[in-house]
Amino acid sequence: MYKNIIASSFFHLALIVLATLSLPFLAKKPIDLPPIISVEFIQITDKTNIPFAPKAKKIIEKIKKEQEKLLSEQAPPKKIKKEKPDAIPLPDQKSKKIKKIQEKKQNPEKIDDTIKQVSEFEKKEMFDPNTIAALIDKSKEEMAETTKKINRVTQSQDKNMNILGLTLSEEDALKAQIFGCWSIPLGLPYNENLLVRIKLKLKPNGLVIKTEILDHVRMNKPGQGFYKVLAESALRAIQLCQPLRVPTTGYERWKELQLNFDAREMLEG
Amino acid sequence: MKKIRYLILLLFITIPTKSFSLIEVDITRGNLNPLPVAVSPLSSDQQSKLALEKELKIHDLGSEISKVVENNLKQTGLFNPLNKDAFLQEPDIAHLKPRFEDWNLIKAQALITGKVNFQNNKLRVEFRLWDVLAGKEILALGFTTVPENWRRVGHIITDKVYQRLTGEKGYFDTRIIYVSEKGPKTKRIKKLAIMDQDGFNTKYLTLGNELVLTPRFNPTNQMVTYLSYFRNLPRVYVLDIETGIQEVVGDFPGMTFAPRFSPDGKKIIMSFAKDGNSDIFTMDLESRIVERITNHPSIDTSPTYSPDGKYISFNSDRSGYQQLYVMKSDGSNVKRISYGKGLYATPVWSPRGDLIAFTKLHKGKFYIGVMRIDGKGERLLTENYYQEAPSWSPNGRVIIFYRETKSDDKGEGFSTKLWSIDLTGYNERLVKTETDASDPSWSSLLSK
Repeated sequence: MYKNIIASSFFHLALIVLATLSLPFLAKKPIDLPPIISVEFIQITDKTNIPFAPKAKKIIEKIKKEQEKLLSEQAPPKKIKKEKPDAIPLPDQKSKKIKKIQEKKQNPEKIDDTIKQVSEFEKKEMFDPNTIAALIDKSKEEMAETTKKINRVTQSQDKNMNILGLTLSEEDALKAQIFGCWSIPLGLPYNENLLVRIKLKLKPNGLVIKTEILDHVRMNKPGQGFYKVLAESALRAIQLCQPLRVPTTGYERWKELQLNFDAREMLEG
Repeated sequence: MKKIRYLILLLFITIPTKSFSLIEVDITRGNLNPLPVAVSPLSSDQQSKLALEKELKIHDLGSEISKVVENNLKQTGLFNPLNKDAFLQEPDIAHLKPRFEDWNLIKAQALITGKVNFQNNKLRVEFRLWDVLAGKEILALGFTTVPENWRRVGHIITDKVYQRLTGEKGYFDTRIIYVSEKGPKTKRIKKLAIMDQDGFNTKYLTLGNELVLTPRFNPTNQMVTYLSYFRNLPRVYVLDIETGIQEVVGDFPGMTFAPRFSPDGKKIIMSFAKDGNSDIFTMDLESRIVERITNHPSIDTSPTYSPDGKYISFNSDRSGYQQLYVMKSDGSNVKRISYGKGLYATPVWSPRGDLIAFTKLHKGKFYIGVMRIDGKGERLLTENYYQEAPSWSPNGRVIIFYRETKSDDKGEGFSTKLWSIDLTGYNERLVKTETDASDPSWSSLLSK
């Protein structure tokens, strides 16, 4: 009798100890806040005189060649639809509309500028090693301090990333890639639930090992034929995008991903 | 022993396992680029080929059917049929088992293959739709028909492919009835004409002795109602397409116009004008009972039923300007729905029931637009010097209308053509017709 009670007490105690050590909610770690970094605003002159570097020229030429190759490998170019507002503005509304369109175009124009600037650097060849050396010497100490700070930040960020998931830039890169691959079926009823959740198992290089539609039961439900079409389009997007643009490090945290494809925003326009 | 097992089990349960919560990424945007699709020519054995060539005077029917499919898909603006010269696999082998790597190489995302046979004087066509990226077949169907129907087979294949890839019904196995126009503007000869939606197989239903306007199909596509100036008296007529028999609708002591069938095909709704006033009436085709729907000292015209037949939309100048209204089918509960600048006319209820297409005139320009049935969400799809008479495709995605070009000082250069535009407002296309054309009306799907 006593033996049993002792054995039972021992096991219970062991259980409590194990649970205390292992269950994460009992062993709360203090939140590891990243050090606060002050943001320094730097005034950039309207015309930035970045010196021409011969190495950069090689890189630019290499990229250009690669782009040319890519273009020639592609199928005949698709017709790009011209930017057009949903409704044709009435003459008295036109001035307002034009402003709006110009706002939309801002980003592409910015990209154009940067591309143009690269070609301007090539022309000017303003490299002055002496000035640069002086500048480098001056900034050496500052650089060392900044590097230390950055290292500290990235280490703490890395810890956080293990728990939090992808960083904003990593997520944006992945999203941007899939946006380009996903051809949304236009005939879907936009007043229905148009969310398809797909779980992916990935290789470290971003290739997809396995895909699983999480709401696959809906595929065979009556009146949900559109869901099958939507799910298939999402699967096609994943296949087309392979290898996915995943981070180069931290495979453990993203080896399994869930992509939530939601077409409603696009279809409602 | 049992206790030890129990202990081991407990240990396994409580042993810490390092787990991460699943990372979720929301994809809320995609592209609206046309889907690259490969339409492989439909293969056929030598015997069938020769027999079909003898029957139809067409050298390679399989190839011609695939061209019909390809052209249909291209016209939608949603698909990009790939150049056949880039295809690496023979059509007959591709139909058995496609080498997906080859099709992937040319960036095809969907592949259509098929086979054509001629057996017992019947054309037998089968086709398969393949998802190239998933490497699997997603649709397979076969059809048997008379050889003369080969173009319809192409349209039906397109309907099935379209539905499988976009999630909505197609609109390819359909016809368009319109007014064919010839001659100078002052002496125009107008005939009723009917054709396939892609502009082929045009047939003329009237001789052109009388002026005809606004033809509309009934739900079974066997009858047409239209306005004819027979003996210079404008009246609504009904024409049976198969028998060619036509008759006047009702015995009205004045002008009847703007006719349209009810969704069940049993009634015709139209305008009746007398002494400068125009109201909306219906006539039951079986009992011939005429019913007044509106009674207002203004011009009420262009009535159109909602797909369920419970509501009617029409245009009226009862507010002082021509605007769109919606009422119950018995004429009660009239509500104005258009409040924008300009004049609104020719409302047409979408087959889906959610939108009303209309013509708008504002500052000397004509627009074709859509709005929701409560008048909200107005979108103008296209603008021109003169255009009107919108008509919906049976799936409610495309609108067909006609556009008139200006004639010069000598009265030359005048023409009327059919155009189509989809709901996005991007895919505007000229619809091929043998002559000048106006007042188009789209049929429902012929094969349901």
